[in-house]
Amino acid sequence: MPTIWLVVSLFVLSAIGYFVGRNRALQSAGGDTRDLHSLPIYYGMNVALTALIPALSVLVIWVLAQPMIIDTQVSRTIPAELIPESSTRGLVMSDVRRVAEGLDLAVSLGGMTEADSQAINAETTDVRARLGEYGVALGSDVRPEVLKAAQTYRNLTATASLAMNLVVAVLAIGGLAFAYSKTHKDFRARNVVERGVLALLIFAASLAILTTVGIVFSMLFETLNFFSLHDWKDFFLGTTWAPNFRGDSELSILPLLWGTLYISFIALLVAVPVGLFAAVYLSEYASGATRAFAKPLLEILAGIPTIVYGLFALLTVGPMLVRVFGRGDNGLLGVEWMAGATSVLTAGIVMGIMLIPFVSSLSDDIINAVPQSMRDGSLGLGATKSETVRQVVLPAALPGIVGAVLLAASRAIGETMIVVMGAGAIAKFSLNPLESMTTITTRIVSQLTGDTDFASPETLVAFALGLTLFVLTLGLNVLALLIVRKYREQYE
Amino acid sequence: MNDMTLVERDVETRKTKISATDVQVYYGETHAIKDVNVEIEEKTVTAFIGPSGCGKSTFLRCLNRMNDTIDVCRVQGKILLDGENIYDKRVDPVQLRAKVGMVFQKPNPFPKSIYDNVAYGPRIHGLARDKADLDDIVEKSLRRGAIWNEVKDRLDAPGTGLSGGQQQRLCIARAVATEPEVLLMDEPCSALDPIATAQVEELIDELRQSYSVVIVTHSMQQAARVSQKTAFFHLGNLVEFGETGQIFTNPRDPRTESYITGRIG
Amino acid sequence: MSDISQTPENGSSKHAGSLLTPNPRTIKRNNAEKRFQVYGIAAIAVGLLMLVVLVTTILGKGVGAYSQTFITLDVELLEKKLDKKGTRNIDDIKKVTTFGYSPLIKNAFKTKVAELGIETDLKLKKQAALLSKSAAGQLRNYVIANPDMIGETVTFRFLTNSRVDGYMKGRVSRDSIANDKSVSSEQLDLVDELVAKGTIKKTFNIDFILGADASDQRPEAAGMGVSMLGSLSMMFVVLGLALPIGVAASIYLEEFAPQNWLTDIIEVNISNLAAVPSIVFGILGLAVFINYMHLPTSAPLVGGLVLTLMTLPTIIISTRASLKSVPPSIRDAALGVGASKMQAVFHHVLPLAAPGILTGTIIGLAQALGETAPLLLIGMVGFIASNAPDSVASGLLDPNSAMPAQIYEWAKRADPAFYERAWGGIIILLVFLVTMNTVAVILRRRFERRW
Repeated sequence: MPTIWLVVSLFVLSAIGYFVGRNRALQSAGGDTRDLHSLPIYYGMNVALTALIPALSVLVIWVLAQPMIIDTQVSRTIPAELIPESSTRGLVMSDVRRVAEGLDLAVSLGGMTEADSQAINAETTDVRARLGEYGVALGSDVRPEVLKAAQTYRNLTATASLAMNLVVAVLAIGGLAFAYSKTHKDFRARNVVERGVLALLIFAASLAILTTVGIVFSMLFETLNFFSLHDWKDFFLGTTWAPNFRGDSELSILPLLWGTLYISFIALLVAVPVGLFAAVYLSEYASGATRAFAKPLLEILAGIPTIVYGLFALLTVGPMLVRVFGRGDNGLLGVEWMAGATSVLTAGIVMGIMLIPFVSSLSDDIINAVPQSMRDGSLGLGATKSETVRQVVLPAALPGIVGAVLLAASRAIGETMIVVMGAGAIAKFSLNPLESMTTITTRIVSQLTGDTDFASPETLVAFALGLTLFVLTLGLNVLALLIVRKYREQYE
Repeated sequence: MNDMTLVERDVETRKTKISATDVQVYYGETHAIKDVNVEIEEKTVTAFIGPSGCGKSTFLRCLNRMNDTIDVCRVQGKILLDGENIYDKRVDPVQLRAKVGMVFQKPNPFPKSIYDNVAYGPRIHGLARDKADLDDIVEKSLRRGAIWNEVKDRLDAPGTGLSGGQQQRLCIARAVATEPEVLLMDEPCSALDPIATAQVEELIDELRQSYSVVIVTHSMQQAARVSQKTAFFHLGNLVEFGETGQIFTNPRDPRTESYITGRIG
Repeated sequence: MSDISQTPENGSSKHAGSLLTPNPRTIKRNNAEKRFQVYGIAAIAVGLLMLVVLVTTILGKGVGAYSQTFITLDVELLEKKLDKKGTRNIDDIKKVTTFGYSPLIKNAFKTKVAELGIETDLKLKKQAALLSKSAAGQLRNYVIANPDMIGETVTFRFLTNSRVDGYMKGRVSRDSIANDKSVSSEQLDLVDELVAKGTIKKTFNIDFILGADASDQRPEAAGMGVSMLGSLSMMFVVLGLALPIGVAASIYLEEFAPQNWLTDIIEVNISNLAAVPSIVFGILGLAVFINYMHLPTSAPLVGGLVLTLMTLPTIIISTRASLKSVPPSIRDAALGVGASKMQAVFHHVLPLAAPGILTGTIIGLAQALGETAPLLLIGMVGFIASNAPDSVASGLLDPNSAMPAQIYEWAKRADPAFYERAWGGIIILLVFLVTMNTVAVILRRRFERRW
């Protein structure tokens, strides 16, 4: 990866810059650091950063932008009439890229000279077989226009990479030279460096926004692609989830949403009473020692990775439920209600266990925020502790607890591994908790793992599901945080 | 100080309601209350005065066992209510607190409606036969709390929406609603403005008709205004206990005198 | 004594009766109180019970993966099979496939059975089937590494197949194999005899910790080692990116950011990112890093990038908390002697906040280490890396799996022998997490300052 070497040389250059800058500053002051405006390290840093930062930023932007620009350029060379009926421009472009990568590989393995790769002609050579020799598997024969586009793609990429290396090198060396020439004992190196560092800090802080923008846009674009291939009415209003990789799928979110909500509901049914009672006991009744012992232990449950819960659901809870509710006469209840280990109940129970500490520690905080004077007032009237908790503390803490439950619900909706392993894969509307059902997250995983084709609605639907999930959880979180914040303000 | 001379006339005939002997209170290692002996009479306002941290609030909280709610607090000695030791193992603090009500320093209405605030005590103790009876109790209590006229049209409004003085009178009404025999008040006016303070003090004087009231206060003027008996606490000791008039005009202990004349505290 | 309270003077007291005898209503209320407490204790008990069940299940089912059944055989490395030309030319030797090695193993088995005087009606092929399918490969690797040993007789310790291993561990019984084609009752008889003679033994299996994943057919050979390296590489990426970026962002937000709408947006953004489902980060990684930037699929580098984005909010939130806990007097003191704001922060505030930052980072890393869902989307699923990477670059860029993804892969496979490995893998994962969290707790206790 030559880009990595470029980055490494940038850092080496910048390190060199540090030492020459520092030395020059010292020299200009005749070796007496007291004559310098700033400490010597700032002169070194100034040169190092001026050499590094502009070059590195251009490099990053270039690397990000290059594929997009080249894609549009190459895509323009393929005439619309040459795109097959059954295919789309996106599909053809992914073929082009695959061929181009194949040619790259063939050249790097020494099986082809660069000239060969340019001269290769789809009409006379079987490109597919030729590339197959180097382990490049192509789905279909390479059509001439694809090969031509691939070659253009490779040429453009090569030119662009060369240009990028040049520009970056010029920037780095130029930056170094410029900063070096400015280095003098009266130069305000510290102020310049501090401004630079502040800019870096701001950039780091704005990465959070970039991430959100990245999440929204990456999903939004693919979702729009999906809606151009698939009717949005079916997605939002249909009733069937039946992906079919030969096309003509019915892709509706509603059955998945039902499964998601049903499982989350059962999880909350487990987690909220247990978590809430645990929180009440820990904050109102437990002695200091009990609290110091039980609270961290309960919180361990929150630190266990979800894969562990997933395995627990699949291999322990599921089979146990089958032993109770299934197996006909051999089962504990002698009923045949449950066919397999995966079910809404399996996933719901295990997810509930996972959420217990989540609910309990949030509620604990919230119950502790209820002022002691409120409890005193009630106890002073002769109420028992439980009357105080039920009739004064909990009603006072109610908004906060609602917020906590909403946060837990958002966690449950977005949880993936437990439902992937414990819930099953059948999308349906059913009220029977002993049946397998599937969820939004499960479907995202199954549509995006394995061989994915980013031009088919069956793959792209995952992005629409992801976006819906994102909006759903975000909405719940914002609502919950608003409620909790408002609640906190009330007692501050 | 007119009312002070007024009340002096009829103090002698009262019966003892609460009698404390050799009460010690420890907060962990700290010895907060030392050897306190005091007799509180019924239908009397008794004031506890003293500098901050002297133990007057701590002692007050012993009288209805509110100190039980603090883990590190231990109480020794005997406190008799109508001749029964309230620290006896058989006594349920819940039943005790129904008899010995309490009003706190900071108004602490529950986040419920005004009606529910007052009805809270009668409900948990099962004092009302039916809804009409409960309505009656609430109205009577709010009247005794001298707040009925201000809130009678908005009984469904939240108690937290009232002003500070109204909140405190609501809390007093709430305490009165359970019909306690003794009412403990822990600096009930410290968070209130002078007008509200005057209203509460007036109220305390009326409550004396049917209850034994014990009030902790920072303000000596207040003690002089509302109480018939005064106890002066200093560093956990009960220094002097007697008729309010006597304490303020002719203290026996030099420490009491210093405090009253403003040299300590 | 009590008659005084029974006749209160105002006549309206509703609290008649001695305090020493609780009235019926109080008894009722106290019972309700006790019930309520019991609910609370029950809730905590349920939580703790779940923890205990979880831990005992993991240990109970996973410990088996750390021991494995081996069979000791003396194999004669016949020259005529392995190196017909006799030149010891390594290229010629490499031409012999694992099929060429199978007869040697069968012979060795035959010799062993005869030597021990065991009578069996089983065909030789069925006898040799007790061995793992990896035995021939193991033999071949040995010969290629030591061509000089051809012609000699060497003692080998081979893995037995997973059914024999399961039989030794009690997972497979004579009843459970009724419909199992890969093992028969007669074979188990032979196993019993070999165990009695000490040829088959169950011992500690270091290969589970250090080895690579194996194909569907050979659960007995599967190990966590390579995916552990994958996880480790990802953690280096996360540490290298999330720590500096997270600290830089926190310093800006806590020390320099002006109070304006932009700062507000960033702050709201960070707290919301912390609650975005992890799978959404996987989608982001797939769309941006793989589809758009064409970074290699299944590479720990990409996994690390995705996990970095996911852990950043956690690290920022905890770093800000520890920066906030440094009292302003420290900043004032530094500014007072003429330091610039930047110097005050970097020379004084940051070192004082370092233990807190480190604690938060470790907890963030622990969270990232156990995360599975986003890794599935960027293709870091099992049976991808059969060998440990040979350099740092290949460790970052070559396809690999990660510990939780490897566990998921095993849990999905049909053979129950893999389940034991999944539980065993969880033990390794949890050992890492417990260690990291313990370090975090110790750091916090040790360096926690009270201002």
